[in-house]
This record gives sequence, C-alpha cells and structure tokens, in this order.
Amino acid sequence: MRRPWFLFTMLSFGYAFLYGPIISLVVYSFNKSRLVTVWGGFSTHWYRELLHDEQILSAAWLSLKIASLNACLAVILGLFAGFSLARFGRFRGRGFLSGMVGAPLVMPDVILGLSMLLLFVAMQQTFGWPQTRGMTTILLAHVTFSAAYVTVIVQSRLVDMDVSLEEAAMDLGARPWKVFLLITLPVIVPAISAGWLLAFTLSLDDLVIASFVSGPGGTTLPMVVYSSVRLGVSPVINALASLILLLVTSGIIITGLLLHRQEKLQKTSEL
Amino acid sequence: MAGGEKKGYEPWQDVNANPLVRIEGVSKTYGEICAVDDLSLDIYPGEFFSLLGSSGCGKTTLLRILAGFEQPTKGRIYIDDMDITTVPPYDRPVNMMFQSYALFPHMNVEANIGFGLRQEKLPRAEIRERVADALKLVKMEAFSRRKPDQLSGGQRQRVALARALVKRPKILLLDEPLGALDKKLREHTQFELVNIQEKLGITFIMVTHDQEEAMTMSTRMAVMNDGVIVQLGTPPYIYEYPATRFIAEFVGAANVLEGRVMGFFEDALSVYSEEYDCELLIHHPKPMDMGASVAVALRPEKVLITEKPVNVASAANTLSGIVAEIAYLGDISIYHIRTSGGKLIQVQLTNRNRMENPGPTWEQKVYLTWHSTSGVVLET
Amino acid sequence: MALNKWSSVGNMRERQSAVLPQTLLGRFRLWLINFMNWRRVRGIARSLRGRPLVILVPILWFSIFFLLPFLFVLKISFAESLLAQPPFSALLHWSSDGILQLRLNVGNFLMLLEDSLYFSALINSIKVAAISAFLTLFIGYPMALGISRVQSSWRLVLLMLVILPFWTSFLIRVYAWIGLLKNNGLLNNLLLWIGIIDKPLPLLHSDFALYIGIVYSYLPFMVLPLYATLVKLDQSLLEAAEDLGCRPLSAFWRVTFPLSLPGVIAGSLLVFIPAVGEFVIPDLLGGPDSLMIGKILWTEFFNNRDWPVASAIAVLMLLLLVVPMMLFQRIQDRPDNHGNGLRNEL
Repeated sequence: MRRPWFLFTMLSFGYAFLYGPIISLVVYSFNKSRLVTVWGGFSTHWYRELLHDEQILSAAWLSLKIASLNACLAVILGLFAGFSLARFGRFRGRGFLSGMVGAPLVMPDVILGLSMLLLFVAMQQTFGWPQTRGMTTILLAHVTFSAAYVTVIVQSRLVDMDVSLEEAAMDLGARPWKVFLLITLPVIVPAISAGWLLAFTLSLDDLVIASFVSGPGGTTLPMVVYSSVRLGVSPVINALASLILLLVTSGIIITGLLLHRQEKLQKTSEL
Repeated sequence: MAGGEKKGYEPWQDVNANPLVRIEGVSKTYGEICAVDDLSLDIYPGEFFSLLGSSGCGKTTLLRILAGFEQPTKGRIYIDDMDITTVPPYDRPVNMMFQSYALFPHMNVEANIGFGLRQEKLPRAEIRERVADALKLVKMEAFSRRKPDQLSGGQRQRVALARALVKRPKILLLDEPLGALDKKLREHTQFELVNIQEKLGITFIMVTHDQEEAMTMSTRMAVMNDGVIVQLGTPPYIYEYPATRFIAEFVGAANVLEGRVMGFFEDALSVYSEEYDCELLIHHPKPMDMGASVAVALRPEKVLITEKPVNVASAANTLSGIVAEIAYLGDISIYHIRTSGGKLIQVQLTNRNRMENPGPTWEQKVYLTWHSTSGVVLET
Repeated sequence: MALNKWSSVGNMRERQSAVLPQTLLGRFRLWLINFMNWRRVRGIARSLRGRPLVILVPILWFSIFFLLPFLFVLKISFAESLLAQPPFSALLHWSSDGILQLRLNVGNFLMLLEDSLYFSALINSIKVAAISAFLTLFIGYPMALGISRVQSSWRLVLLMLVILPFWTSFLIRVYAWIGLLKNNGLLNNLLLWIGIIDKPLPLLHSDFALYIGIVYSYLPFMVLPLYATLVKLDQSLLEAAEDLGCRPLSAFWRVTFPLSLPGVIAGSLLVFIPAVGEFVIPDLLGGPDSLMIGKILWTEFFNNRDWPVASAIAVLMLLLLVVPMMLFQRIQDRPDNHGNGLRNEL
C-alpha cells in the first residue's frame, strides 16, 4: 500500500462528507427545540407529531403502495429484458432494446416526467384512459425507469454466471424453461432481490417524475416533503427522514448479506 | 499404459463393426472462421476416444456439437444409426462433464447428481438408489450433503463425473476433465477414469490439449489442427509413426532432419541431410524418387549417445558433436548436441547410474547412433 | 484494430448482420430467400421457441412508455400554448373545406433562441454540470483508489458505505444540507464559534451550496465506476513500473490513471448528464440567479403552464445530451467492460 496516509485522509474526508449531513439530520430529529439547529435536549416529540400528521401518513401509505407494486412489476419486466440481453445473443432489436434500457439511467428526471405526462394526456385523448392521473400513472412511469435499473443488475449477473451451468442442466435432460426455473433463477435470486429493493427505493424517492404525472388525488411522500421543505426546515421532516433512513439501512444490510452470499455462489460456479 | 490392457479390442480394424457415433462431413463456421472443417469420424462402442489439439483447433467445438450445444453448419451426426443432428441436448443419449464442472452451486452433492434423473421423472426410490451407487462409484459417499463450495477441486471433479454417469448415457463427453487438477492428482485420476470407463463400458470421448493425458487414457486418439483431423490412431501408433512434422513435434519431442533421397534398397531409404552432413538409412516400405526432399523425424530417446565411436558397418545413422546443453530431469537427462554442421540435435539419456558415474558433460565430444527403424519419413 | 474486429465470435456475427440489406425491399427479398430454404426456417422457429414473448414484452413496454413519449414531446414542442385542457393546440387540423392541415409552430424554438434567458440557462447548466463532474472526480478518485487498495475483506464494507447514501432519499440528503448551510445552521455556528467569521456567511442559496449539493448527491455515481476499473487493475503493473524505475507518483500518472480512464469517463458522464437537467438541487440549494435549464423547464410547466415551451426546452436538452448519452452507452456496451460500476456494484 502506497502513501497510505494520503489515501486514508481522503477516505476519511470522503466518508465524513457523505455521512456528516445524514448524522446531523438524525441527531436533530431528537431535538426538543423547534429551531432545528439549536440543541434543546433529547426528545421524541417530533416522532409523535409525525405519527399524528394525517397528510404525511396518507402520502406515505400511497408511496409505499406504489413502491412495492412498482418493485414487483419492475423485477418482472427487468428479468425479461435482462434475460433477453444476456442470453439470446444478437437478435434483431437487441441494440434497440439495450439503448432503451440504458437511456433512462442517465436521462434527466424532468425530461422523463414531462414526456410521460404528455403520453398519458395523449392516451386519455385517444382512448379515454387513464381518466385521472394518480397512482396508476405514477406506477406506470416508475416501472418504466426502475425496470431499466433492474435490467442492468439482472443482465450483469447473468453475464457473470457460468453459462455451462445452464448447458449442464440441459445436457442432463432439462428443457429450456425448466433450466430457467431450476438453475438460472435460483442462482440469480440475490440479484433479483437487490433489483427489487432498488426499484422500491427509487420509487419511494422520486419527486420530479411523480410531480409531472400525478393528478390532484396522488400526493406522494416526496411531494409532501418537498412542499414542506420549501416552506422551511421542520423537525418533523427530520424525524421522517430518520425513519426512512432506518428502513433503507436495514434493507441495505439484508441486500448486502444476499450479495455476499451470491458472491460465494459466483465463486463456486467459476471454479 | 491403460490403453494397452485392451489390446484385443480393436473394432476399428473390423469392417463389419458398427460405429456408435458417426460424424459425417461436419463443418462449423462462425462468420468466416472455420472451427471444424468437413470432418468425418467413426467412434466405436466401448472406446475411450481422445480429441487432442492445441487451443483453437476445433476440438471443443466438435465436442459441443456432439452434446448438442452447437449446430453444425454442414454435415450430420449419427448415434446408433439415428440422425441426431438437430436433436436438442436434453433429448440426446449423451452426457457431458464440463471443464468448469458446472456443479449447481445452490444444490448439494446428492441433488446435483440426482438432477438428471429427476428430469427423467424416475420414481424417488430409484433415484435415491442410483445416486447412492454413483456416489459409491466415485467414492464420495461421505460428502453427499455438502454444497459444491465446500468441496476441493478433486472432489468436485468426482461429483461432476458421477452426475454425468448416473444417467447411464451411451456416450460420456469429457471437456478437459483433469485440466483444473494439480499434477499429482491428475496422474492418479487418469487411472481412475480409465477404470471407471472399463467397469461401466460406456464410450468416453475426451477433449484435451495434454498429449500425455491422451496417450495414457485413450484407445484411439485424433490429433486435430485447424478444424481437421491430422492423424487418427492408437496412441503408440501416433507416437511411433507420426504422419506429419506437426504431429511429430506436438505429440512428444522429435528431431526433424531434412534431406534428399539418395537411393532405395529393398525396404530402406537412403537420405542425405546436408544441414547435418549425415547419411540416413530409414526403414520405409515405399520407394521414393531420387533427389526428392524429405523430412525425417527422430525421437530423442531412440538415439544412443556414447563417449567413444561405436563400431558399425556403415557410416549411415551416425553423427558426432559436442554437448551444448544438459537438462537434468532426475529420471532422464536431455542433451542438446551441436553437430559439426552447427545444427542442434536433441538426445535423451536414461540416468541409470548415480552421480558418481555421470554421462557426458559440457563441451565433451560425443557420438550418436540410431537404428534404421528409429527414423520416420514424414509427409510433406 | 482490424485484428481485434475479427477476434471474437460475437463480432463476427455483428459484422455479418452489418452487411444485411438495410432497405425494406432488400429485407423482404432476404426473407423470401430464407423462406425458400425451408429447413433453415424450421431451424429458426425451433431456436425461437418461447423467445419472442420474452423479448417482445420489454421491447413493447419500453417503446410505449419510453420511446413514444419522446415523440409526443417533439409533437407538443411544435404546438401553440392555449388556455385549454390540455393547454396546447392540435397539430393536425381539419380546415373548413375538409382538408387535413398540419400546423407546425416553430415559435417556441425561435423564442428559446431569441430570449437570452433560456440560452444563458443552458450554458449555465452545462457549466455547473461540468464543474460538478470535475469536483466529484476530484473527491471520488482518491476514495475509489483508497477502497480498491484496502484488504479485500474491507472493500465490500467500504463500498457498501459509499452506496448506502445513494439508496437513502435524495430529497432528504439535499434537505440535510439546508440544515447545515442555513444562516443559523451548523456550519455557520461552527465557524462563528471557532472565530473565523464574526457574522454568518450566506452559504445557502448560493453557487457554493449548489455545487456541494450536486457533488454530495452524485458522489456514489462517480466512485462506483472508478472503483470497478481500479479494482480490476493488476497491482503487479504498478510494481513492474516501479521495478523499472518509476517513482510512485509518476507510476500513478503513467499507469494507474490511463488505465482507469474508462471509469473516469463513465463516472463523469454519470454525473454530468443528470446534473445538466437537475431540478431539485438548484431549486432548494441554489441561488435565485443560478438559472438551470431543468428548473426553467419546471417553472414553464408548473408555474406558467406553458407545455409547448417546456417541451421545446426538453427537446433542446435532449439534443444537447444525446452525444454524451451515446458515449455513455458505448462505454457500457463494451464487451470487456460490462462491469462498469453501476452494473456490477449497484
């Protein structure tokens, strides 16, 4: 290890930069004082207030519903797309599909949101559906861009997976769909769960796209947070943020363990 | 040599024998690259057949065509006179042992071995019995509950073998079966594989780049290069009668002496090699044109090296030179002798004596002789 | 290069499809020839069993929900703004004598070009995104290098720690900085307490806050691809360089950095592209004078309800980003580089 002190300093600085704001956020969620930056003693007051905030709770419920439905649909779609890209060689339309899967990863949210909205408006004018914009339209928009992420994860795991595992199963008499169910799917399960969690958090996190495609009835959690933050800093938001952090961190730890297990599986299949 | 035990068994000599596998004019091209080029081959029941060649010679492609993972661009494949060219891998009476072993990481040893039987929807009791038999065959009974990542390389290899054998295929395909094992284990496993093959009577077709491995294990082997078979035969035949310079140098080591035909007496060819300034007398059944240029292969172990000139009737098949290099390998030593023409010749000497009486040493003048049956005229 | 092209089977196939006739007629003819060769058609049908559905579902989905919408954006960008529901005019129009008319209104684009507000916002967005990408690289590179050099058992943990904030709410992370940068925020209080300043600095709503916000939010996108290329780098290359007389710093510039360029480019694009269209960070952290194109689009859409102008801005932004996006795609699709950060580590 060369110049360890330099890299060590940069690493510590980097992690302090990454975690300082988050830690301060959590610390001040337990602040008694309404002034977010003045310490007035420990209190769980803001958590109690959060639990009685009807607006936040209903928005959170909507967001959770959308996020979990989105994750399931995105996983299915991403599995289809990732499998096509990783296993079917060069089929007609492969470049087209991989381009459409890659683009949402870097497309600015405002463009995605606006284009989706215009699609839904046009669909409504032509077919009369969707009648109102809200949960359904948000869900459709979220599935589209989070499926792109799932595709990337699934595809890369499939590419890393030893193809001879699938060939061996076929050689031993398993038909293609059985090979998929008995071999491919179990081996990439960790990647699928990671993709599910990612799709879930992406949806839970999205403000811009949801703001475009949502209607009067569909206020998601990020929208509530955004309008409240625009008005100023509030300890209730700190409490909410801490809860979300807790949720996500535990999710991450589970995923981490799964990925770890996958890595072990990967190693065996490579040997 | 394990192959030697079956001396009487030579179905390829019998015109009436029915081959188990018939490969007819098979080609496989990827774009403009031709991996297998119009290849025909018959393999008989009970054979241990090796496809030997360096990487990229098309041997693995041929194996994958037999397994059904690749479709030949041209040609047909028959097993037991049935055209299986377009039969998918899961319907072929053929199983494969993969180079990476391809053990399913999420299943334990027992489940891995039973996988193929479960695909056949056999009754549970029978599956259990056959899996137990297979475990016993490869001596892995104690590890049936282990996952592949808890096994050593050699154990994994056994499980992979058992998994492929438990389906009782007509043919077992082995893709570099010993490639991932270390040298000692490899030698041990070679014999074990041959024993299993003889016990079960299943036809083995093995792909390998290791000529020693191919020679030890197979009844016949095919040396491949650039998608075609350059020579086909039993290991001793290929070693003793290499057809071309490529085989002479790929299978074992060889000195290749180039020269011109000077005459033909009875069944021997007289050749003069200018580069070695040496007259060669070689057993050869067919007469050749005077003055035709030929290449003669001479295996290093067939040359006798002495410190004093040997009294022989003629000057043919003798050379002298000085020792340029000595490689001491323990059991044998390899000498590089610089002949008077300046060319090097490789000679092998068995170290029969201990250190106190070593053979010729550096810069020493030595004399080389060999028998007229030692050299082989190569095709050009 | 020529040799490379022929080196793998995949490329061969690509080459083969490249010479296929590109015109519809040519394709039809080819199809006819295939049809004649009945055995081949049967072979294709067999190899495709079950495949069309698996391929078709995602292609259809992304065509409808990703590609089609852009056509609508293009269409609306040529419409006129109306006080109606939805607030734009139709392009196709039945005139009184029954003729279908196509009305394209290029006024939106002309306005974008004439009004210096939009142009300067566009330039400003590119500037901010580029500077942010550079700052992120500056902070991210040593981190990625550091992570790639620690013991492998620690790598996963450190990497997870970089990814963790990426999974937490983006909005919340931006919000956290408001608390830190406010006039009576933690940072100002700290500086006052140390005594470096005697009155609070106006940190929030400034370019400083904007850059902090972008760098903070996009740091993982930089570290991951960098780490992915750096960890694959063979350490013996560095040892070889030093063995041949290269000092550590110059070994870094001559060996490590050039070899990590794919990661540098991928990471920079992953920061640059979304940052150009960023809305939340400039809105919450940036100053009133730091106009960014994403924020303008948002304002035109939500505050002015001018959908055609918002669409025209989106079209312009896409045109601007299409080159970096294709570059990114190129890097992602490189066969030897399927493990560029996002793919492997996400």
